[in-house]
Amino acid sequence: MASISLRVNGKSHTVDVDPATPLLYVLRNDLDLHGPRFGCGLGQCGACTVIIKGEAVRSCIRAVSTVQGAEVTTLEGLSRDGKLHPLQQAWIDEQVPACGFCQNGQLMTAKALLDKNPTPTDAQIRQGMAATLCRCMTYYRIQAAIKRASKTIASAHNESGNEVIA
Amino acid sequence: MTTRRDFIKTSGFLVVGFSVAGVATEIPLAAQGAGPYPDVDFRKLDSWIVIRQDNTATFFVGKTDLGQGTGTAFRQIMSDELDMPYDKTSCVMGTTDVTVDQGGSGGSDALQTDGYPMRRVAAEARRVLLDMASARLGVPVTQLVVSEGVVSVAQDPSKKVTYGELIGGKRFNVTLTGNNINETTGTAKLKDVRQFKIVGTSPQRYDIPAKVDGSLKWAVDAKVPGMVHARNVKPPVAGAKLVSIDESSIRNVPGFLRVVSRGNYVAVICEREEQAIQAARQLKVNWQKPATTPFPTSDDLFTYMRGAMTTSSTPPTIVGNPDAALKGAAKVLEADYEIPFQGHTSIGPAHAMADPSNDQLTIYSNDMKSYGLRDGVAEFLKMPRDRVRVVWMEGPQAYGRTAADDAGFEAAFLAKEIGRPVRIQWMRNEETAWDTKGPAFAVKVRGGLDAQGNLVAFDYDARAADFNHLGYNEHDTVLISQLMGSRRGTPARGSSAAPNEMYEIPNRRMTTHVVGLPLVWETPIRTGNLRDPNGPQSTFASESFIDEMAAAANADPVEFRLKMIAGGNGDDSGFKRARSIAVIKAAAEKFKWDTRPSPKKVSSGEILTGRGIAYAFRNQTIVAQIAEVEVNRRTGHVWVKRIVCAHDCGLVVNPEALRRTIEAGTLYGLSRALHEEVRFDTEKVTSVDWVTSPTLTHADTPETIDVVLINGDPNPNRADLPHYGAGETMCKPTLAAIGNAIFDATGVRLRRVPFRDARVLAALKSALT
Repeated sequence: MASISLRVNGKSHTVDVDPATPLLYVLRNDLDLHGPRFGCGLGQCGACTVIIKGEAVRSCIRAVSTVQGAEVTTLEGLSRDGKLHPLQQAWIDEQVPACGFCQNGQLMTAKALLDKNPTPTDAQIRQGMAATLCRCMTYYRIQAAIKRASKTIASAHNESGNEVIA
Repeated sequence: MTTRRDFIKTSGFLVVGFSVAGVATEIPLAAQGAGPYPDVDFRKLDSWIVIRQDNTATFFVGKTDLGQGTGTAFRQIMSDELDMPYDKTSCVMGTTDVTVDQGGSGGSDALQTDGYPMRRVAAEARRVLLDMASARLGVPVTQLVVSEGVVSVAQDPSKKVTYGELIGGKRFNVTLTGNNINETTGTAKLKDVRQFKIVGTSPQRYDIPAKVDGSLKWAVDAKVPGMVHARNVKPPVAGAKLVSIDESSIRNVPGFLRVVSRGNYVAVICEREEQAIQAARQLKVNWQKPATTPFPTSDDLFTYMRGAMTTSSTPPTIVGNPDAALKGAAKVLEADYEIPFQGHTSIGPAHAMADPSNDQLTIYSNDMKSYGLRDGVAEFLKMPRDRVRVVWMEGPQAYGRTAADDAGFEAAFLAKEIGRPVRIQWMRNEETAWDTKGPAFAVKVRGGLDAQGNLVAFDYDARAADFNHLGYNEHDTVLISQLMGSRRGTPARGSSAAPNEMYEIPNRRMTTHVVGLPLVWETPIRTGNLRDPNGPQSTFASESFIDEMAAAANADPVEFRLKMIAGGNGDDSGFKRARSIAVIKAAAEKFKWDTRPSPKKVSSGEILTGRGIAYAFRNQTIVAQIAEVEVNRRTGHVWVKRIVCAHDCGLVVNPEALRRTIEAGTLYGLSRALHEEVRFDTEKVTSVDWVTSPTLTHADTPETIDVVLINGDPNPNRADLPHYGAGETMCKPTLAAIGNAIFDATGVRLRRVPFRDARVLAALKSALT
């Protein structure tokens, strides 16, 4: 066991765990952040995705000791000042989720995708999302919601001339 | 914390959180030590509906929602019958001591069957409230009108009273009648469905916001003080016997608490989750392999199935004289179709948490049949049923008898064994290997055309590998009871299936058999209901073969089908013949179907394109799908570019939620068509993760999915138009529609799913060279 310091969604935490513990279990069980979920423990499905340094990271295979000092964003940290992220709003507008269990990974992967490429083509969306799985098969609406959010972000950007919440 | 029952008893109020948006936010996690938990009395109106002083209502129903919007639909039908605004109502589902036992989910019967008692109790509440208003306002009921929870005098609208003012904080104290829950009724009549205002509109699903912002508490999140974590250690090969456990191999794991083993069931329990995972991996267990081979390899499966002794056969359904008709036919075709075992393969492995405080058990589970889990666990642990309850919470869904059943029993057993709350979760390899499977099918079909190209004989013979089919939450078939040795003597023998269509074929024989694998128990290749349990399999065979016959007759596949349906006399009570014709025509029209025989002339390019149709019904819900595919001649890769799904489920409650359910269900069928197959060697399942057990991905998603909601009822505006189930039918014809489209594009008939690249490429090479 070791004392590990983390910054998650803008807050600092110290936990006493085995440094090899996957970040996922620390987020879920120590910090009670339940957005990221266990799907495979193998980095294959994406249900556990969080964002670290702008990258969609699979927290089920990332040792907690390797993320010390980095800012970790979970699904709970996507909204700002009580306002949903444009992707979250698009998810509601398109009525995307079925059971919803994988949608953390879908949203967080899409967030990292749009942060890098705010106006992806259909092919880029398919490619960028291809490794994030949904067994209810809500892919069609997820892709529609990403396109919708992309438009929202672009129009907000045009109006304000500033970066939209990231 | 107070239970709902106590709360109603003491204050007439209710524990369910109720947000401004009219959403029941959460059922509070159970109070440790509360109970006992007798069944909720379905003959009391108060069990179903609570109305508060602020004129809001909560409906309590014994169903669960697998993410298909059924909870929202329940609110719509009950709000409409009650005459309450939708946004002033909420819905609580599936927790055994809070809601009446409507069995949880299954069979797509939520609206089709259970919707009726829900409507009747809401109508009864409205009737009672009108009586109360009549007394309060001093005018007969006939002179009252109701709108949005407010009763007023027709002639003098200033005289009015709200439902909340009439009943808020008090009980109805009205007794309902009915021999069982499905028959529950008061004396009020149901509304004419044409009067519905909320049904037929699309309020957004109330469960979605909390699934999107991370605030929903799922069954995986259930946590109580003192809770510890368990993981299973499963036999490494099917049928292995436990010889010994070397507990010293994990004593160094921090937080290690216990190894619990009984028979061949082994679990480890640790303080923390990652510790339990490590301990389960590290535990040294000595297993003895079985003396005989448990099963053939997945490559040899169909040879085995065709040669196996049948464990049961149903007497064939015979029309006319199929043998004579085949003998006299101008053209006879015969084909074998093969559908492998396909898994539920939930995105989140099975899990449950059980709290044994005060000699009772509370199980937190996403099992779609929470009541069955309660009953099964009580029997398994020999506890009185009212000492066990299941709190239903949302979870990863896989639409059928999944390992969520098994995990519920395991958590309950372990919690009782160690006297502490235990959370268990299966790992990915356990889930993918050991979850129940949809049965494999080997189907032989023969057909005969007369000289005019009419299908005059159809001989269908299906073998399903379904001998060890598991029911839901059975205390003597769940995996832990098998491994412990407390299982029943003989398995349920499962079932096979014939197709569901309305074709008029003068001579036909439908024969179905079940076969078993050599190892029946303690095997990962165990079967259980998978979404429309045998439908995709039987429909793949029959609807592919109908296409083969159409091609042999040089007929257009849509016209060939319509002619056979229209050729029949009469119809059933649900007008399936008329509605089948309407559905197929609607699909063809939306697709802009070009009438011609298949295959089309194969082009010389790398990408071959084609279209295919398939159609089926399940109960009274009818679906026709047309797929447009692109087949890469060089790689064998199939991409379904567009799919049209025409769908008739009678009265539509929430069109937008239904569209999404149909879209996703169609893609689920596509996943089974393109990817899904359980692979195994002679002793274990070898498809154990998302690499070895691939599924549909974003990259496979069609460019366009067109859902056409139609109503082919001869009298679509009738007062009693039924609301049929819509959770499964859409995945029934998809496999055949894709196979038929591939044939149209390439001229090559694929008779075995999944259509993975290598299989398609091999078929193309042997046919096109």
